[in-house]
Amino acid sequence: MRTTRFLVLAAAGALATTGLAACGGQEKDAGTADGGPIAVKASDTACEVGRTELAAGQTVFEVTNSGAKVTEFYVYAAGDRVMGEVENIAPGLKRELRVELPAGTYETACKPGMSGKGIRGALKVSGTAATVAPDAALAEATASYQRYVASQTAALLTKTEEFVAAVKAGDVAKAKALYPVARTYWERIEPVAESFGDLDPKIDGREEVVEEGMEFTGFHRIEKDLWTTGDISADGPIADQLLTDVKAIVAKANAEKLTPLQLANGAKALLDEVASGKITGEEERYSHTDLWDFNANLEGSKAAIAALRPALEQRAPELVTQLDAEFANVETALGKHRDGDGWKLHTALSKAELKELSDSINALAEPISKVAAVVAR
Amino acid sequence: MSASRLSRRRAITLAGAGVAGVAGVAAGAGALARGGAERASADQGAAAGAVPFHGEHQAGITTPAQDRLHFVAFDVVTKDRARLVELLGEWTAAAARMTAGKDAGVIGAVGGVPEAPPDDTGEALGLPPSQLTLTVGFGPTLFRDAQGRDRFGLAGRRPAALVDLPHFAGDALRPEISGGDLCVQACANDPQVAVHAIRNLARIGMGVVSVRWSQLGFGRTSSTSTGQATPRNLFGFKDGTANLKAEDGGLLREHLWVQPGDGPDWMTGGSYLVTRKIRMIVETWDRSSLVEQEQIVGRTKGSGAPLGKGDEFDEPDFAAKGDDGQPVIAATSHVRLAHPDANDGARLLRRGYNFVDGSDGLGRLDAGLFFIAYQRDPRKQFVPIQTRLARNDAMNEYLRHVSSGIFACPPGVRDGGDHWGRALFG
Repeated sequence: MRTTRFLVLAAAGALATTGLAACGGQEKDAGTADGGPIAVKASDTACEVGRTELAAGQTVFEVTNSGAKVTEFYVYAAGDRVMGEVENIAPGLKRELRVELPAGTYETACKPGMSGKGIRGALKVSGTAATVAPDAALAEATASYQRYVASQTAALLTKTEEFVAAVKAGDVAKAKALYPVARTYWERIEPVAESFGDLDPKIDGREEVVEEGMEFTGFHRIEKDLWTTGDISADGPIADQLLTDVKAIVAKANAEKLTPLQLANGAKALLDEVASGKITGEEERYSHTDLWDFNANLEGSKAAIAALRPALEQRAPELVTQLDAEFANVETALGKHRDGDGWKLHTALSKAELKELSDSINALAEPISKVAAVVAR
Repeated sequence: MSASRLSRRRAITLAGAGVAGVAGVAAGAGALARGGAERASADQGAAAGAVPFHGEHQAGITTPAQDRLHFVAFDVVTKDRARLVELLGEWTAAAARMTAGKDAGVIGAVGGVPEAPPDDTGEALGLPPSQLTLTVGFGPTLFRDAQGRDRFGLAGRRPAALVDLPHFAGDALRPEISGGDLCVQACANDPQVAVHAIRNLARIGMGVVSVRWSQLGFGRTSSTSTGQATPRNLFGFKDGTANLKAEDGGLLREHLWVQPGDGPDWMTGGSYLVTRKIRMIVETWDRSSLVEQEQIVGRTKGSGAPLGKGDEFDEPDFAAKGDDGQPVIAATSHVRLAHPDANDGARLLRRGYNFVDGSDGLGRLDAGLFFIAYQRDPRKQFVPIQTRLARNDAMNEYLRHVSSGIFACPPGVRDGGDHWGRALFG
């Protein structure tokens, strides 16, 4: 779980345009569909959005923080689905958010102090965005990745059901064995899941991200009980809630189509997950099953790149060659730590072994960070 | 946006005078001689300006020591020699740009398409070149690694002078912050500029090299030009009074630059670099009396004059005895043991930096000197000098050597068609 959400899910209608807008011409790229960036004046107590009725298409918000607290700016669709966000805007700074918005009603939010619901405002988008004829290879990328999401979410649901049943039956050994397996399917598509506002922290929140007034629930709560006290007798309701939340997110994920640009950013975001949360052992601090997540993130990233592959081979064949080599390099480095059908515990790795993994992830993540621009051009 | 893409920093032109390298030193000295307000403004301009990247020798050695340091050692993680050579070419290009005050990459921090990560990290936007120099060196493990492998077919090219440093008495070295296959020394008058340079080089190198250790230095402890005032180390004493300096012409050939015939040709015009991270136990030092401190150093704390003399630059009189019949400059004093007279005339060009890496959890500052010395042959210079100091220097009570490195720094990059390591790998 991370607090940033890299993938911005657009509704299906926006699919053809997002990521291809850059082809549409400089003047469009530079501003907003109906003329110039929209100024957002954020302070500690207010969030003034320059225009709140816009035409569909790409919109640029210029957020200026005049407050004393660090702030964030979000555009939410119904149900607090994140359409776009810009984080960590320090006092006095101006930051830009580019977002592709199809017709619909949205909410804007400034979050001074980076917590809570934020200062909300309504945003209305109408009309249809001018679309560029989508590249066939890119269109296929979306369909291909959608099939991947469907397969992973099906398995996520099945394995979560088994895990929840084991927890409720008080079978600690079985629950421990199922825990990293169920999470594998989650971790493969994590950036997709993370874009659904409140569900992600409920399912995958770590103890330190739980805010006041919110309960520590989900996978990591049960992980803590399983591996610290071994007492899961009171975890029945938490397990039930986990299953409810997973069902909800599975339904939402399958209803969404990711744009090629979102796929590219998702492939990178998954490696960022590895670099910041798994290498350090932060994610699975009680079970130490971080290498399961590492492998799942890597597989998910590879799947997103695989979906984009036909387009990348047309546009940047040398990048594909480099990615193939670096994926193979990480797989070799990680493969040393296999343990039967699973993976060694994070705590079993020496610092030198972790550094080797970190180096290999960095070597892969740098070229992967170039994919988005290739897809967008 | 496009303006800042072309030139990140509004380079402060120095009226055509190359205020850098050896040539710049003379200009700098001239400016100093003029004195007064004119001198102050000239110094300010020079401090912000650019040091030429190309030349016979690498910049960052005799360049008047800048105020700030970020030093990094890398392990090479690729097995592919061609990729390593390619990286040295990319680094050279990025270094040429950054030392001129430009972004690390050709697109820049803000000039690219919105979907791509910028090819410069951006924290130096708007900052002047700040006399940034980037100096590269090759460690012994590049030629043959710790397991004895000749990974890049270079074993036969290792210079004999690039020795594995011996264990010196009292060494408390931590392997994880010692050694390295490659090093880059970034010096600048603005710490942000130095850090920016190292950060961008590390990023460019991902997949080929990996940062092994790095060190920040916040204040210079040596002068490498007669135009510079002698700074103080964290013991509060002037350091580097008798340093080799850029103006020392013949002495530089004798003691600093590798000469034809010294070893493999690829090092001719280069220099050998030794780094030592020396923790200073400043809390106990501060409790010692002034007279004890001065006897340990062999100089007065105020002016920096050798004991028994009046001016900083007076030659120490090692034969002089006090009323008690004892040497005025003690046999165990630092200045005596480190002096060329005690070392068969051997001299070093030092350009070390003070560091404070926070605190050590025991209520003490983790502070000291990041020692940097350049020389023609460590076997005749650093090794015998340090052997003597490690055995006898009264200062050792307050010092711990915790990190050590030795690197062969090749000659300068001649022009745009040349790159770091071209002769070594050629």
